[in-house]
Amino acid sequence: MIAFWIILTGALVAVTCGLLGCFLILRKMSMVGDAISHAVLPGIVIAFLLSGSRETLPMLLGAGATGLLATFLIEYFHRRAGLQTDAAIGVTFTFLFAVGIILISAFAGKVDIDQDCVLYGEIAYVPIDLWVTANGTIMGPRPVYILSVVLLVVSVFIKLGYKELKLTSFDPAFASALGISTALWHYLLMAAVSFTTVSSFESVGAILVIAFLIGPPATAYLLTHDLKHMLAITVVLAIFISFTGYWMAYWLNASIAGCMAVITGGCFVGVFSIRQLIKPKGSQAITNEVMA
Amino acid sequence: MHSLIDFFSFSDPNVRYVVVGNVLLSASAAMVGAFILLQKKALVGDAVSHAVLPGICAAFLFSGSKNTAFMLVGAFITGWLALVAIDYITAKSKIKKDAAIGLVLSVFFGVGMVMMTYIQQSGNAAQSGLDHFIFGKAATLIGSDLIIFSILAAVLLVVVGLFFKAFTLVAFDRPYAQALGYPVRKLDLLLTSLTVLAVVTGITAVGVVLMAAMLITPAAAARYWTDNIRRMVGIAVAFGMFAGLAGAYISYTAPSMPTGPWMVVVSSAIAFFSFFFAPRKGIVPKLYTQRRNQRIIAEENTLKIFYHLGERTGHFNGMRHFNELTGAREVDKPLLEATLKRLVAQKLLISQGDQWGLTDGGWRKATRVVRLHRLWELYLTSYMNIAADHVHDDAETIEHILTPELERELEAQLGYPDKDPHDTEIPKI
Repeated sequence: MIAFWIILTGALVAVTCGLLGCFLILRKMSMVGDAISHAVLPGIVIAFLLSGSRETLPMLLGAGATGLLATFLIEYFHRRAGLQTDAAIGVTFTFLFAVGIILISAFAGKVDIDQDCVLYGEIAYVPIDLWVTANGTIMGPRPVYILSVVLLVVSVFIKLGYKELKLTSFDPAFASALGISTALWHYLLMAAVSFTTVSSFESVGAILVIAFLIGPPATAYLLTHDLKHMLAITVVLAIFISFTGYWMAYWLNASIAGCMAVITGGCFVGVFSIRQLIKPKGSQAITNEVMA
Repeated sequence: MHSLIDFFSFSDPNVRYVVVGNVLLSASAAMVGAFILLQKKALVGDAVSHAVLPGICAAFLFSGSKNTAFMLVGAFITGWLALVAIDYITAKSKIKKDAAIGLVLSVFFGVGMVMMTYIQQSGNAAQSGLDHFIFGKAATLIGSDLIIFSILAAVLLVVVGLFFKAFTLVAFDRPYAQALGYPVRKLDLLLTSLTVLAVVTGITAVGVVLMAAMLITPAAAARYWTDNIRRMVGIAVAFGMFAGLAGAYISYTAPSMPTGPWMVVVSSAIAFFSFFFAPRKGIVPKLYTQRRNQRIIAEENTLKIFYHLGERTGHFNGMRHFNELTGAREVDKPLLEATLKRLVAQKLLISQGDQWGLTDGGWRKATRVVRLHRLWELYLTSYMNIAADHVHDDAETIEHILTPELERELEAQLGYPDKDPHDTEIPKI
């Protein structure tokens, strides 16, 4: 049963992140996920200090607030100050993370959080974190419920906004000519990423969130040109990674999040090598020439 | 105040180590960071700093102790591999740089996490404190570390100095560098190695996550103060050194405060200040210039209304009612009122109650703007072959920009004309 809950949690996070990650990759914004997942640290520390507990809701609110603050700052520095995007991301999230560590040090006695938990997460504790109703019935692990809701919301969001997301990702100019607000959809997507990152990192950690956001979509991107196929392949890969990652960790007796990240890398390397081998001769020659 | 004197007298050897170490680390990181930033690879530092984890673990497993030199070698190897992997993925597939960076970062760190759990289970007593390498502990810098850092920083300084011109050229104009016969790919590899070296040295002080900031935050700030690359590198190094010093000072006065994060917060503060207030490029000066230009345009357009009314009625020195002005041109009324007040203050208009009229100076300025407008319209129709009914909007913009030199040039080229394409007179002052 423990294995089932952990794999289910991993799969839920992986599918949610993967679906959003497809759009991030197409928009060349993958690192925004990295930024958000680190920028949540000061948010959870402040939420902890204010609420005095590790209740889920204040944590989510605090983390969500700083996650969105990070996306806003990145966009603001990029648009207003003309800072290149990658630098805007780097400056913003490191600043917020540093503030988080300083807050932890300043309130060392009061805060039961450290930076490891943000980076690593602890998916192995998921089955212990049970949801018990008022009359004592055990409903199963709480994160599974939370993550299911998140997956549902994200799926509905992508289903309803599919056309807009697709257009603003591939051809922003055409999209705005059709009257679709690129800024609106940018912020909606960012909000969805923040929301997902924030609800996932507690169970799987920032690093695995990044791996799930980028790994499966990047692998799928190598295999197809069709966005719908890309989303489908991502979902399949995500479930596969969660499953094999868990059993690899079980077998090696090692970090589950780490193993899932390793399997993600393995999938990518496998597909990448196959693509290199069966690449048509002509295009290979051209690439070689360009490289030389 | 007392602690400030204590601190800067450097009488405590511990303070000396931490300060010198911090300053060296941040200076060398900032220097390499300037080139990374210009090559638009700002997040590469983040990938490298995460990718050193498996190297550190491997070095620990191999040596069984926390020997700094071994750790640095291990970290260097995996950090370097990560960068090569990013370059390879982007060169050989349609995956973009950002996705490659994120992928490599998370997968390498994942490998490190797996090795970490293995080390923890091995029960080797020396493992405690291994995470200082990952999360950073600048305050624990000791003499022997300092020697290693000084050597590494010196290497970075010398190599960057030697290849300064080549790096600059590659950063700004790759094809040109290639055409000149520079070994561009080897230079890339060299810069890659330098980046890894800077990250590996810095990571013990600030940790995995914050290392990216040590590289690029000072450089990003410096970019706002100059367009000259030598100055930019110099400013970045200065910002980095200041941040290193400030971080060390803060954790000296408040020992519970971590040095690394404070270094990052200080250099972020410098960067934010630069983004907002740096002359010319900052947000505030830019807004100010924009505001000023808008004012000038509003003023010149208002003066033009008076001129056009003058043309219509045949006399330029009459007084005009507010309604007369708003009837002549579509304007925002509050804006017009404010502009009228400013023009009166500049003595270009005189006001009597709710009536306004041009002064001599005002008339001259209004005439000049109208004249430029019509000269430009004529230029567009006669030289660019644009139809007379299409030239107005363009002239409406350029009339605020043309300089007296250009005005003379236009006049000469058009043969000192009297009439514009709409057959109205081009006024002379």
